Amino acid sequence: MERADILALFLHFLMLSSMAIGGTQTVMPDMYRFVVDAHQWITGKQFADAYALAQAAPGPNVMYVTLVGWQVAGWMGAIATTLALVIPSTVFTLMFARVSARNPEAPLGRAIRRGLAPIAIGLTLASAWILVRSVNHDWRGYLATVLTVVLVMRTGINPLWLILAGALAGMAGLV
Amino acid sequence: MDKTVQPPKIGALDIFLAFAQISISGFGGVLFWARRVLVEQRRWLTDREFVDLLALGQLLPGPNVFNVAIMIGDRHAGLRGVFAAMAGFMGVPFLIVIGIGMLYEHYQALPLVQRGLTGMSAVAVGLLLANGIRMAMVLPRHWRPWLFGLLAFAGVGALRWPLIGVLAVLAPIAVAAAWRKVR
Repeated sequence: MERADILALFLHFLMLSSMAIGGTQTVMPDMYRFVVDAHQWITGKQFADAYALAQAAPGPNVMYVTLVGWQVAGWMGAIATTLALVIPSTVFTLMFARVSARNPEAPLGRAIRRGLAPIAIGLTLASAWILVRSVNHDWRGYLATVLTVVLVMRTGINPLWLILAGALAGMAGLV
Repeated sequence: MDKTVQPPKIGALDIFLAFAQISISGFGGVLFWARRVLVEQRRWLTDREFVDLLALGQLLPGPNVFNVAIMIGDRHAGLRGVFAAMAGFMGVPFLIVIGIGMLYEHYQALPLVQRGLTGMSAVAVGLLLANGIRMAMVLPRHWRPWLFGLLAFAGVGALRWPLIGVLAVLAPIAVAAAWRKVR
């Protein structure tokens, strides 16, 4: 992997993450096109595996971006894609936070927050909906998901136990 | 922000620890844990404030909960807080995910591993779903916020339209409607 390639990887991901309004899932297809189709640095299977692993691993799902970088060019690639992910996000958020913090009770700021809150909730449920449908292959998967919702909302059980139970049920072939 | 219960002083170390806890707990996504730690355990935010901050985090580019981390870090400890939030949220998971990638290269072919991952994922999406339902429960009992929530869900979740397009249409209308009420 040439230095120029790592720079290209960094710059492309930097550009994409600057546009990732609403979360990084929106720009994933463009990341895929760049590293798999255009440059053929990794295969589509490797990309999909990186995504699935980051979902299952402890840590934000967005860490798939780090894994893709690592598959492309080892440590340098992982550092390049991770920095490209966090730099625009941090800069934009800080600029916005500093401006709005000056007058948090300004009607416009309150209107923006009140107006966008229901949309944020709708999008959260939409992400859950998309994941539920892509993860579960038959009724047993859906049952596990519904059971999880009921247990989490009705009891104070620590969700890590539920995840462990899910892993064991999967290994036993129940899910 | 409303006047709320807030501990006297939240330092950079607290911020690092809170977001490390959130991100490392985040099997299948961190949103569930962000709400649990920030609202229920540490009480840095009320439910309402959490939803408001998350809405901003979703509007700004980049990972949503990461943006929330940056805002909380900046609010309580300035730039030190920002770096503490970043290091807590991304630092440890960075190493974990690479370690897991290395393990996966060796063990990916095992059916047991594949099946275990499937079961874990089914539970993980249930956690995300429960989180969305809980957040919806604090919405005002009024048709308008529910309509915007439903439209966002339908456009992005059911119809799979590009998010940017959906936001470009819905966000200005929702903010304008809220603006008329706020004034």
